[in-house]
Amino acid sequence: MSEHEHNPFPDEGNTGHIWDDNLRELANPAPNWWMMAFYASIAFVIGYGLIYPMIPLSDSYTKGLTGWTAIGEYKASTAEVEAVRKPFEDKIAKMSAKEILADPELSAYVEASGKVIFGDNCAACHGAGGSGNPGFPVLADDDWLYGGTIEQIQTTITNGRQGMMPKMGGQQLTDAEIDKLANAIYNGTVTKEPLYTSKGCMGCHGPDGKGMAALGSANLTDGIWRFSESDQLASIKHTIKHGVNDASDPETRKPKMPAFKDKLSEQDIKKMAVYVYKFGGGK
Amino acid sequence: MAEKNIQEQTIEELYAEANEHKINVGDVKIHAKRMKGKFRSIKWLTNSIWLILFFGPYLRWNGHQAVLLDIPNRQFHIFNITLLPQDLWMLSFVLLFFAILLAVVTALAGRVWCGFFCFQTVWTDVFTWIEDKIEGGPAKRRKLDKAPWDVKKITMRAKKYLLWLLISVFTGISFVAWFTDSFQLWKDLFTLQASSTVWITILMFTVGTFYLAGFLREQTCFWLCPYARIQAVMIDDTSIVPSYDVPRGEKRGRLVKGKPVSEDQGDCVDCNQCVAVCPTGVDIRGGQQEGCIMCGLCLDACDAVMDKIGKPKGLIKYASWDGIRGKEEKPLFKRPRVWLYTTIMTIALAGIIYGLSGMESIELKVIHARQPLFVLQSDGTIQNRYTLKVLNKLPADMDVKVSVKEHDLKGLIISGADKPVKAHHGTVTPVTIFVRVPKKNLTEQSVPLTFVVDGKDESGQVYHSERESVFIGPKR
Repeated sequence: MSEHEHNPFPDEGNTGHIWDDNLRELANPAPNWWMMAFYASIAFVIGYGLIYPMIPLSDSYTKGLTGWTAIGEYKASTAEVEAVRKPFEDKIAKMSAKEILADPELSAYVEASGKVIFGDNCAACHGAGGSGNPGFPVLADDDWLYGGTIEQIQTTITNGRQGMMPKMGGQQLTDAEIDKLANAIYNGTVTKEPLYTSKGCMGCHGPDGKGMAALGSANLTDGIWRFSESDQLASIKHTIKHGVNDASDPETRKPKMPAFKDKLSEQDIKKMAVYVYKFGGGK
Repeated sequence: MAEKNIQEQTIEELYAEANEHKINVGDVKIHAKRMKGKFRSIKWLTNSIWLILFFGPYLRWNGHQAVLLDIPNRQFHIFNITLLPQDLWMLSFVLLFFAILLAVVTALAGRVWCGFFCFQTVWTDVFTWIEDKIEGGPAKRRKLDKAPWDVKKITMRAKKYLLWLLISVFTGISFVAWFTDSFQLWKDLFTLQASSTVWITILMFTVGTFYLAGFLREQTCFWLCPYARIQAVMIDDTSIVPSYDVPRGEKRGRLVKGKPVSEDQGDCVDCNQCVAVCPTGVDIRGGQQEGCIMCGLCLDACDAVMDKIGKPKGLIKYASWDGIRGKEEKPLFKRPRVWLYTTIMTIALAGIIYGLSGMESIELKVIHARQPLFVLQSDGTIQNRYTLKVLNKLPADMDVKVSVKEHDLKGLIISGADKPVKAHHGTVTPVTIFVRVPKKNLTEQSVPLTFVVDGKDESGQVYHSERESVFIGPKR
């Protein structure tokens, strides 16, 4: 590995680094296309640095000629979405939920844009698409505890609901009576059961057994159950025995629909009322 | 000692071979000579196909741009066909068709695309033609490259670059014109109202064209283009490609006045004209190679020389390697590749024709609600919710009536379909439909149900589309 003082291969452009007699390092230039691409990439970096923020400084950074920022781009694109929504939102603000429902264009808009609000606030309990869960009513059917008109739905969302049914077990009804009553409810023949009238069930659930929207009492005749999906009969017995939201019974049912007036804007509540109504059960 | 000698000998041979094997890496600028001839004429003809790029966007059809690839509105207008994103699957057949067309042409006749149709070849050809007109032939150009920057060189270069730039800018504008209203585009450009996307696209195409066709030239084919290499491997010994007739040409030798031609000398007079005209600087006599774009210009050059020295044409000719070697050539229909390619192309073509012929002016899609699949109502019916998507490709809005086809569901009630629905043109209009069936009438968990939309346009033409879905009830 000695450097030759005299180069035995002069005109071939080697580096002069020759060893083992004839092995030598050539100084071939990089291909032209490669060099061009190399310089082009340097030009690109310089151009990029001029246009966009690039170099961090001690307490700032180079801003670039365009003043572009990621957050700026994000804000611009959300503003773009807001601009598309604005004409609809403006109209909705001036209308009642019922009027929105009557307008096919606006109700289609609510159906599309309300999905996010419903998903964030309602779907955890009521299921996506209002399919319901045990203890949390199905929103897609036409069986409503507090009424299914658009105004009633809006009131329910705004103020929340907490229905009450006193426990009937113990002093009021014997287990045998509960059994009888539950079977009648389960078979849809509750109004023919003498206990229904004599024990005062009728007072809240109505002479026809279909419940009263003003009280939030359940319809006992339509085969739609809210507290259980599997053993309906046992579930009915449990509800009669322990009541609903009866503080004196630790085993009582404890359904509660929270008020959304503090969580959602009036505008959003209006939209949710329309959205829920359009699941297919609105009246 | 003997061993060392052999070693040295091997190394010397390797160096000798390395010297022989030249790879064009762009260190020497190729200045190709331009000659008249058959392939030169064909080349101009195929080049001119690209005029469509420049003039196509201004073609009108029924009052709108004949071909408009309207990406912001997600619509492709091709004469009286409107393609929406829903039709995208057809594009895969179009791509398949052209990919296989490239393969089959390449397998049969070599890099026809590269030599005659490719934009890189065509733009480079036009750019070098301008160069040739302004700066003169190859020898003058080489001299000019080395000359100092005097007034003469600067004027020549300025003229050349200006013309190149002009073509580049027009290339950019013409490209953009396919994607937006072409006349409006020109107005926007002159009033500086065009969007930044338009400006940036034009700029990129201008720079790209100027650089690729003006400077990078054959280097693109050598080192950038994947198709060049892909096509190179598609060629086999049966492909008819520009070839040097080795048995006839070798042993090559110069003609010297007054000196008799030796016995073993072939027809090649080693005039190097084939190399001089080659736009990629290839010596075709070395055999088929990666740099050859198969443009046929060397055939023109060689034929001209053969004419002059009174020998038959075709020392360089379109022939297969099998043909040159005197091997028997397989007929087309006996080659499995031909059959395979033809089959795939037929399938692709059938797909496109099926797609185009099946394109309805209105199209119905039905999406059954997934959650909940069904809902029990208080009157004992089961309710299903559907979202009907009515796609209207007509130029105007149309009222359509939604209904269900005859079915086995007793007591079925459909709601949400009483009023006609306005199907907006050029887009999808969603409609929510509820269907109720008494629970006791349901015999199966899932029953097929077909939805129908019917509409009539202003001229009284009737449109109809249907789509099968299901009605779902509780488990039985």
